[in-house]
Amino acid sequence: MYGIAMAKGLLVTLKNLTKKPFTVQYPEERLKQHPRFRGEEFVWYEERCTGCASCAKYCPLGIIKIVTTPSETAPAQGDKYKLELFDISIERCMFCGLCVEACPYDALFMGSGFEQGQYSRKGMVIDIDQLRNADKRPSAFFRPQLEDAGYDPQGGRPLDWQEVGRESWQWHEREKAGMKIARPVPSDLLADGPRVDSSFVEDSVPEPKATDGPAPAGDAE
Amino acid sequence: MSIRTEPMTVNIGPQHPSTHGVFRLRVTFDGEEIIEVEPIFGYLHRGTEKLAEERNYTQIVTLTDRLDYVSSMINNQAYCLAVEQLMGLEVPQRAKYLRTLTAELQRVASHLMGIGFFLQDLGTLGTPLMYAFRSREKILDLFEMLCGARITLSYSRPGGVFFDAPEDFWPALDQFLADFHSEFQELEQLVLENEIVMVRTRGVSLLPLDVAINGSVSGPTLRASGLGWDWRKMAPYDAYDRMEFDVPVATGGDNYDRFWVRIQEIHQSIRIVRQCIQQIEPGPTRADVPLVLRPEPGAEAYGRVEASKGELGFYLVSDGGISPYRCKIRSPSLMNLTVIEHLLVGWRLADMIVTLGSLDINLGEVDR
Amino acid sequence: MDCVLAPDNILHDTLLFRVIYEWVGQLLPCGLSYAVAGIAIMLLLVNGVLLGAGGFSWLERRLIGRFQNRVGPNRWGPFGALQPMADLFKLLFKEDLVPRGADRIVFTIVPVAMMAPVVLMMAVVPFAKDTALANLNVGVLYVLAVTSITSIAIFMAGWASDNRYALFGASRGVAVLISYEVPVVMSLLGVVLVAGSMALDDIVSAQTVPFLLVQPMAFFVFLAGTSAELNRTPFDLAEAESEIIAGYHIEYSGVKFALIQATEFGAVLTSSAVMVTLFLSGWSGPFSDYLGWAWFLLKIGVLAFIFSWVRATFPRLRIDQLLAFAWKFLLPLSIINLFATALEVYFLRNDAGMLTTNDLWLMAGINFGVAFACLLTFGTLIQDKVRPAKSLTAASLSSPEVG
Repeated sequence: MYGIAMAKGLLVTLKNLTKKPFTVQYPEERLKQHPRFRGEEFVWYEERCTGCASCAKYCPLGIIKIVTTPSETAPAQGDKYKLELFDISIERCMFCGLCVEACPYDALFMGSGFEQGQYSRKGMVIDIDQLRNADKRPSAFFRPQLEDAGYDPQGGRPLDWQEVGRESWQWHEREKAGMKIARPVPSDLLADGPRVDSSFVEDSVPEPKATDGPAPAGDAE
Repeated sequence: MSIRTEPMTVNIGPQHPSTHGVFRLRVTFDGEEIIEVEPIFGYLHRGTEKLAEERNYTQIVTLTDRLDYVSSMINNQAYCLAVEQLMGLEVPQRAKYLRTLTAELQRVASHLMGIGFFLQDLGTLGTPLMYAFRSREKILDLFEMLCGARITLSYSRPGGVFFDAPEDFWPALDQFLADFHSEFQELEQLVLENEIVMVRTRGVSLLPLDVAINGSVSGPTLRASGLGWDWRKMAPYDAYDRMEFDVPVATGGDNYDRFWVRIQEIHQSIRIVRQCIQQIEPGPTRADVPLVLRPEPGAEAYGRVEASKGELGFYLVSDGGISPYRCKIRSPSLMNLTVIEHLLVGWRLADMIVTLGSLDINLGEVDR
Repeated sequence: MDCVLAPDNILHDTLLFRVIYEWVGQLLPCGLSYAVAGIAIMLLLVNGVLLGAGGFSWLERRLIGRFQNRVGPNRWGPFGALQPMADLFKLLFKEDLVPRGADRIVFTIVPVAMMAPVVLMMAVVPFAKDTALANLNVGVLYVLAVTSITSIAIFMAGWASDNRYALFGASRGVAVLISYEVPVVMSLLGVVLVAGSMALDDIVSAQTVPFLLVQPMAFFVFLAGTSAELNRTPFDLAEAESEIIAGYHIEYSGVKFALIQATEFGAVLTSSAVMVTLFLSGWSGPFSDYLGWAWFLLKIGVLAFIFSWVRATFPRLRIDQLLAFAWKFLLPLSIINLFATALEVYFLRNDAGMLTTNDLWLMAGINFGVAFACLLTFGTLIQDKVRPAKSLTAASLSSPEVG
């Protein structure tokens, strides 16, 4: 009969009147964030960073600016480049996480915050000092070692660089074992695999002549 | 004596609450009746196709998130299928299942939004929309668990998905499926047979099948006109060939049928999700693919999926470089809009808004 | 000076006015104190309606929030109860814009013209025993006459705004108001017939059985008609948010917008008050000599809740369907009700022309039967328009082969 479905609808809304609201009163209550949350305030471990600028080259928007100088330390003490500048201009960042994915040394992590609103654009650039002094609670995004350890950036303690070391996963393992990457990527195409044109970082270094795969060098240890 | 009347031209949009974005319609009314429609779009044009020519193949995944921003998962999947065809990559089984599962969850989320805004356009004060969002939020939570983002997901990557699901994802998914049934039932009870919804949408803005086919209409809009055309059935990709599901088809082609097809598709999607959970097996989730891909020069590929709005296709041409020479996006929303004049002329202002809602267009995808 | 209101003065029965008049009259000349008392009553009325509107706007937003499974305004004050204040101050500080092509004078008058009927309507409604500000002997007629002003105000707003959306809203609003006046008036005739008077006080005292039971069809028609006149879903066409954005008041901002909004919320309350008086036996109830106002408020609250509930649940009708609903459904219903009531009154009344409580119960029984029969008849007639939804059957599902 006409009107029955409307009466049913009225009952549905009446039933919901007595239910607990599903919304969350944000500043007081917060939803649980998952460990993989891709947030602002990147976590960067200078000790692990070699200044290779993979992140800058891989950023789709080219918002990471890195300037390095050859280091003065002896190779025995861990030869690497010295970082002059490491700016992440998060006003244009879309938090895709590709920089984290590209980092071969697990030096860069996503953060887990989302409340970095600023009144001016100038404040939207994270510079190297901010990165150094930031609270180091890395997100587990693309870092299975943190996930396996059950680390939660929301409740967990800050981690230092030795604790976030990378765990080899499938293709790294194979690389270490000296295996060529199987079908379907022809090996000659892989020759200059990890090199990327970056719209931001000028590539003035002569092309490295790698022969077996993308093979980023092993860990610092 | 007759009263002299004049037609009145009104701009519906680009700033109008019910144009689902920044769509603009120049409509000429005779009283409340529509006599002429001129759709104008491009307000959200970001040049995605051109941008794609300057990104490498993995970076483009992030661009696809922003096409139909309520179904990023399916966009990622469509693009990755195209790249995999281009490169001849083999995707691991587990990744296929994960993609199927997430795509169906995303379809549910997208349809929920479509239904919610359709009913909002019908004049409800947001109650069905809130109920739809209640479920959608849970899906977004699941996505956050999977890939750290809720809207711009970038979960699929050429060669698989970027990472396997975390362990607590599966119990959470079960919990969602358990809750979803009663929540969605509430929404159905509220609106599916509601008499006002019926009189407002039955027999309104008919889309005959021949017009739909001539206009390249696809997705739920086409299926509401009586053709069970679904790429998941016609040319199964990922794990769809192992899924059992029905394609809801309605014959009326009116606003109610488009709405009804979406509701039924949600049920079918949940069915597919359940099957995925049963069938998925442990294994790798990403093929051995370097970060930067270089297809052979001259290679071409067209990857298509049945997105929540219709056929979404990516046509890629490679010149041997690290980015595509050309990336053409066949977006279902734009194609479904081509029949808009047929749908609107002769109907009233109030019907127009509802019809636009029943097409479920997304301007991110229309303008690209 | 001692001023005493003459017994033949129209405001003699208004207790509040008389008290103020006589109290002020001790200090001021009688003519002046008459004016002062009048202004005091007016201030009371206007502020009462505005405060009520503010309170109701908060209440409704909270309620609809809960209907939608969310919280609603909860930031400002306990349970967000100061939200209307926050809204008001925000609107007060906003720029008062007048479109370039607008008819300035008419545009400016509109909010006041809209507010007036809402406030005026309250003047004849008795809140408790002997508290009507003016106990008119044509109270029902007055209410109907005053509410008609709204349609003019809406059309003024639409025309003066120089906006096509506003014009749509105005033409819709006027069509709706004019159509719904007819069934509303017809339904009230039944009430007047049973009560035997047009004065609202008499109608309240005649309700030994609430007229909701005696006149169920009239109540339904009046409820539907009122929600249409109040522009509330499912009849909120004149300001259809999703179609013509805000309809006739699209161009209003700042204080004018605040006034229009206050009018809309206040109108719900005053209409509820009228409905309570006409159908829910007004202020009467246990201890009504002292707690009449409480009963009155409670009943208004119940009606306002129903208004919010319906608003939270239903979609909107289209303009032709809305008018068809008035002319093809509500009008026949109210005519049937009028005839049925007239016959009942003709046969049941006693020699003095009065109806006893038993008669009212009998009428309630008959009228419920008639209402049910009407609903069945109309429901069947309308059925093919509202075909039931298809169920998910094999016929409607196909699994095409890969081809």
